Formats: sequence, C-alpha cells, structure tokens
Amino acid sequence: MKSAVIVFPGSNCDRDLAVAFEAVSGSKPTMIWHRETELPEGLDLIGVPGGFSYGDYLRSGAMAARSPVMRAVADAAARGTFVLGICNGFQVLTETGLLPGALMRNAGTHFVCRDVALSVDNSQSAFTSRYSAGERVSFPVAHHDGNFFADADTLDRLENEGRVAFRYAEKVNGSARDIAGILNDAGNVLGMMPHPERVIEKAHGSTDGRRLFEGLLEGLMARA
Amino acid sequence: MKARVFVTLKSGVLDPQGKAIQHALEGLGFGGVNDVRVGKLIELDLADGTSEADVKSMCEKLLANTVIENYKIETVG
Repeated sequence: MKSAVIVFPGSNCDRDLAVAFEAVSGSKPTMIWHRETELPEGLDLIGVPGGFSYGDYLRSGAMAARSPVMRAVADAAARGTFVLGICNGFQVLTETGLLPGALMRNAGTHFVCRDVALSVDNSQSAFTSRYSAGERVSFPVAHHDGNFFADADTLDRLENEGRVAFRYAEKVNGSARDIAGILNDAGNVLGMMPHPERVIEKAHGSTDGRRLFEGLLEGLMARA
Repeated sequence: MKARVFVTLKSGVLDPQGKAIQHALEGLGFGGVNDVRVGKLIELDLADGTSEADVKSMCEKLLANTVIENYKIETVG
C-alpha cells in the first residue's frame, strides 16, 4: 500500500496516523508538507490528519483547505484514491468541498475529549468493511468543532445513499442526526471526527480502530 | 479603498456561542435579551481599483462558508 499523510502547520495527529498506516500495511507513508503542489505517483491512500491547522483561524480547516496540496488531494480523490480525513482532517475535507456540510462549534460549547460510543451505520464501504452494520465501537474524540451541520435535503441524501459511515451512540456534540462520519458519493473519501488511529493497539486500551485500516488495506489488495 | 465584510450564521443554524452569551447576559441581570447571534467583521484594506466583484469572490472562496454563513459587503471610500 502506497500512502501519504498531509502535514499542515498545526497538525498534531499526523504521526499517529502515519503509525497506524504503517502498522497495518508494513510500509511507511510519505509525509507531505502543505506547500507541495504534487503528490507522489501511484498513491493508494491519503490521510488528512487531526490537529489545529493554522490555529483554527477563520474557521476550523478553512485555511488548510486552500493550501496548495489540497488541490492535488482533490484531484487524486477524483481519480479514486482513498482519502481519510480525521477530526481536523474532516473539517478540511468539508471546507474543500470534497464532503458536504460543515463542522460547527459543539452544541455545549465545550471541548469534548473522551471515548465515545459509535455505531457503524454502513458496513459496505471500503473503510468499514471489517465492521458489521449496527456494531457498537468506541473511539476517542477530541474536538471543539464537531457539530455536523447540513441542510435537511443533504442529510436525507446522505442517509438514503448509505453515506453515513458512523453515528454517535450517545450525546456528544449536537451533530445533526448524530452523524460522526460521512462518505463522498463515490465512497472513496471518508471524513470522521472520532480518532480510529488512537485505538489500534492493545496498549491503547482498545483496538476498535484497527479494523478500519485493515479493511482499507484489504480493499486495496482486492483492487490491485 | 476599504471594505468591511460581515459574516453571520444563516438563520436556522444553531449558534451555541450566542446562546452562552445570552445566558451570561441574563446572569448579569440583563433581562429581555431574546436571542444572541455571533458573527465576524473582517476589515480589508484594498488597492485602489479593487472591484466589489473581487471582494465578493474573496467571500465566496474563503471569508465565508456559504453552507452555514451569509456575508454582507460594505465598501468605504
């Protein structure tokens, strides 16, 4: 698996994501600085990591979404390369328009940093194939702006097209219809607020997140 | 030429920050505050000849997220 992790000024989950990619695939991802205008040839997977890119100036993810590398990421996504945006990465993907909706300030105005219960809404996607539909998992969240918003038509479309990958199984941040993670229409881009990369080894207290990466790898091998 | 861009949340979009401010005002004894909405004011100092269409394009491309926000441009001088 040939992968890359994008690094913005203020990213802080980039190394965790790189470790997760390497743990399941055995190969190190290339770390790509946000000023790059081109990505390595033949990438299978691009990670857009969590953190506080550009100090969350203007809106979370807004500045990062306009950085040169994101044009290359959008082009790769259009060609079918898998793109996984976690936390700030999800915010960046909505700001670039690769995913619909927006992530607003949490309904309770508090920064939420804890493990949360999720249910797997769609187990048919490349990202969730190793889970079963309706399965409960627990991933950590750590965000201030995770309150997913989209108009009713968009929410209906996401639900009807099976593009809700994960939902919160408890009250977390006020997200519309408890949405925690969504897919693009082609199913090769996933954005989610919870952090699967933080629960991939027994030492993390849980390995619930590992199957997301394993499923992706399996999907890629089936493609090849 | 200067322009001021007002970015506000669309109606129907919840504003938790505004709600918190409303409660704080109540706590200070200010009754009768029915609602509070928080927005942004962005002041731009622009080269002469910058058109309003340019400023509009700045709003659409970066300054506002039109999924959740409206913007209003006021040009000064």
